[in-house]
Amino acid sequence: MSLVLTEDQELLAKTAADFVREHSPVSRVRELRDRRDPTGFSRPLWKQMAELGWVGIPFPEALGGAGMGLADLAVVLEQLGRRLAPEPFLSTVLLGGQALLLGGSEAQRQAWLPGVAAGEKLLTLAWQEPRSRFDPFRIEASARPAGAGFALAGEKIAVPDAHGADAIVVAARSAGAAGDEAGLTLFLVPRDTPGVSVAPQTRIDHRNAGLVRLDGVQVGRDAVVGEPGGGGALLGRVLDRATAGLCAEMLGAMSQVFEDTVQYLKTRVQFGVPIGSFQALKHRAARVFMEIELARSATMAAVRAIDGDDPEAAKLVSLAKARCSDAFVLATNEGVQMFGGVGMTDEYDLGFYMKRARVAEMSFGDAAWHRERWARLSGY
Amino acid sequence: MPDPKPDPETFRAELRGWLERNAPKSLAGATGGELDGIWGGRKATWPNPDAKRWLDACAERGFTAPEWPRAYGGGALSREEAKVLRQELGRLRMPPPLIGFGLTMIGPVLLQFGTEEQKQEHLPKVCRGEIRWCQGYSEPGAGSDLAGLQTRAVLAKPSGSSDGDHYIVNGQKIWTSYADQADWMFCLVRTDPNAKKQEGITFLLFDMETPGVSVKPIALISGSSPFCETFLTDVRVPVGNVVGKVNGGWTVAKALLAHERTMIADAFGGGGGGGRGRGLAATARDALGVEADGRLADASLRHRIAQAEMDTRAFVLTTQRARDAAKAGHAPGSESSIFKIYGTELNQRRMELLVSIAGPQALGWEGPGFDERELDVTRQWLRSRGNTIEGGTSEVQLNIIAKRVLGLPD
Repeated sequence: MSLVLTEDQELLAKTAADFVREHSPVSRVRELRDRRDPTGFSRPLWKQMAELGWVGIPFPEALGGAGMGLADLAVVLEQLGRRLAPEPFLSTVLLGGQALLLGGSEAQRQAWLPGVAAGEKLLTLAWQEPRSRFDPFRIEASARPAGAGFALAGEKIAVPDAHGADAIVVAARSAGAAGDEAGLTLFLVPRDTPGVSVAPQTRIDHRNAGLVRLDGVQVGRDAVVGEPGGGGALLGRVLDRATAGLCAEMLGAMSQVFEDTVQYLKTRVQFGVPIGSFQALKHRAARVFMEIELARSATMAAVRAIDGDDPEAAKLVSLAKARCSDAFVLATNEGVQMFGGVGMTDEYDLGFYMKRARVAEMSFGDAAWHRERWARLSGY
Repeated sequence: MPDPKPDPETFRAELRGWLERNAPKSLAGATGGELDGIWGGRKATWPNPDAKRWLDACAERGFTAPEWPRAYGGGALSREEAKVLRQELGRLRMPPPLIGFGLTMIGPVLLQFGTEEQKQEHLPKVCRGEIRWCQGYSEPGAGSDLAGLQTRAVLAKPSGSSDGDHYIVNGQKIWTSYADQADWMFCLVRTDPNAKKQEGITFLLFDMETPGVSVKPIALISGSSPFCETFLTDVRVPVGNVVGKVNGGWTVAKALLAHERTMIADAFGGGGGGGRGRGLAATARDALGVEADGRLADASLRHRIAQAEMDTRAFVLTTQRARDAAKAGHAPGSESSIFKIYGTELNQRRMELLVSIAGPQALGWEGPGFDERELDVTRQWLRSRGNTIEGGTSEVQLNIIAKRVLGLPD
């Protein structure tokens, strides 16, 4: 794999950067928050992104997609991340969409993915539970045989873009105990199925996330995504893709917040000189720069490893997520310190980045969790 | 029409035959690192005569400096062919035939700044391992502030002539690695004491056997060291040994420092693929034992090992990214500025971790009661503390990133 953008990817990055500059300033995120928008993103903008071909990037052409890779999608996600654009790539394209692409039946894929690629249908994945912390297999929600299918019951938390999703891919346990990879099954559950209820959650980044209750939800056998009882491995693959995509978003956001901070260091004058001339701040800024460069290399490697079915892909995803988690939190913490008092105000955008950094850090496992996973995957 | 590109695979097939005939099996597995590599030079010794045969065979083909021009003793290989050569040497676990500052530092500088005469004179001897070089940069009063160096070179003018044909050099150099075993020195001297400090410096070459050169080794906290002090007293150096322009040595010096920093980062940061010696996890498994499920028994140590290995991997990926960008024809990106600082800090963290894993067994200075590997870890850990000082301290590197990459004001 080559860790350099192709000419096509360079072009895609430029198109995305121009689009974000024109249509998606951080002030848009602020407005969505201030008016308590329940969807948390812009439907018309999402439609535009679909028309530009971005939403369909990782889906085959036969399903309305572009037949490109995660490395291409990462280029777009990085630019969107620069201005904290909240459109539902993670939920629809990377979580629900990849679950159907990797594990769905032909009928499921045909029924949903062309609509997804066209920007018309929204999907998400419900896997986390109140007691699961970062362990994706610590799932208690149950799937019991009932009639010709299954009855689902349980509670899911922090489901991205749950409000507004047309269907939710639900991870539930058909056998085994919480923590086991075996015995999990994924189900495709349309939002309007009786017994499904969604309550919005308000988190520090004000992105759309919700509690999903499953109360005696009756689904047929055709709702199973992949093999009954074999959902753990599928869930793992889907989460790796989503994690790598999130890393690209984080990379864009940390790069932007760092560039803004360096600009501030050059212009803010104290003691009669720009504060960026002080060595104490120079060295700290240079350290942040180093961490971002390393995070970039790891992220580029992770998305390319997934595209190439590299046997080390899972390790490289953990490497990328560990580094991006630490680097994004560092870049925003240092940003607030270097901006000083104004960095603490709601008026400045910095706080939005800092809050997003924390949410992203805690999504799909923080740095410590991924280091432990690296050790496990390495056999120690 | 340009010539069709030669196929690297054709080269590989031919190379395999050549290696079959010329690569001595007794050298397989040698790392060719600082301690067991072949440095060459007039004072070279050959405990294993195969090492000499291997050097001569490689030099004949230009494989000691694969990408240098044939006219100067190099192999004139394309970048792809040079990569094939590295791969094939790696496959047979053959060490590089020759290492040293001639190949990594003065050679590239002469290729960039040297006169045709200088290239003809020096590069073939470097390629054949006949001359070993050392670097005279630092002085007792000029460490991080290298441009403050005071060693003086005065043009000696014969009476009745306005032009001199040699310099008289006086001063002291310090931290000259392997000066006691080197044949020639490349060094920085002050030729104009009245100019701004970077502008009065000249880059000079001289033979260490010139009268007035004396060398004294420096012992380090790790017990031994490659470092020396070099004293220069009325050393006569021909003017033809100036590299670049008189008073233009700082430009040459900076180019060379970039080579040096890359080399240090590669050597210490696991740029070759994950650091030297056995893996941290394997070492820890021996020292600590494992749980029933095969995992390391000490969770906090396991975490630190994973962190060190992941940091190494991210660093190696970043060096790969820089190489890939260069291959794609991009100018060196800002990522390369982090190599020296991060590679050396990484090595220090790995050494600290190895000491921590060994526990009290890391405290031995010599036997009995400590095996060779334990003693080696201790000495290497002590030595590693210098990694973030030599070749530009971490703090100087951070200043460089802040200024050149981030554009922060002075």
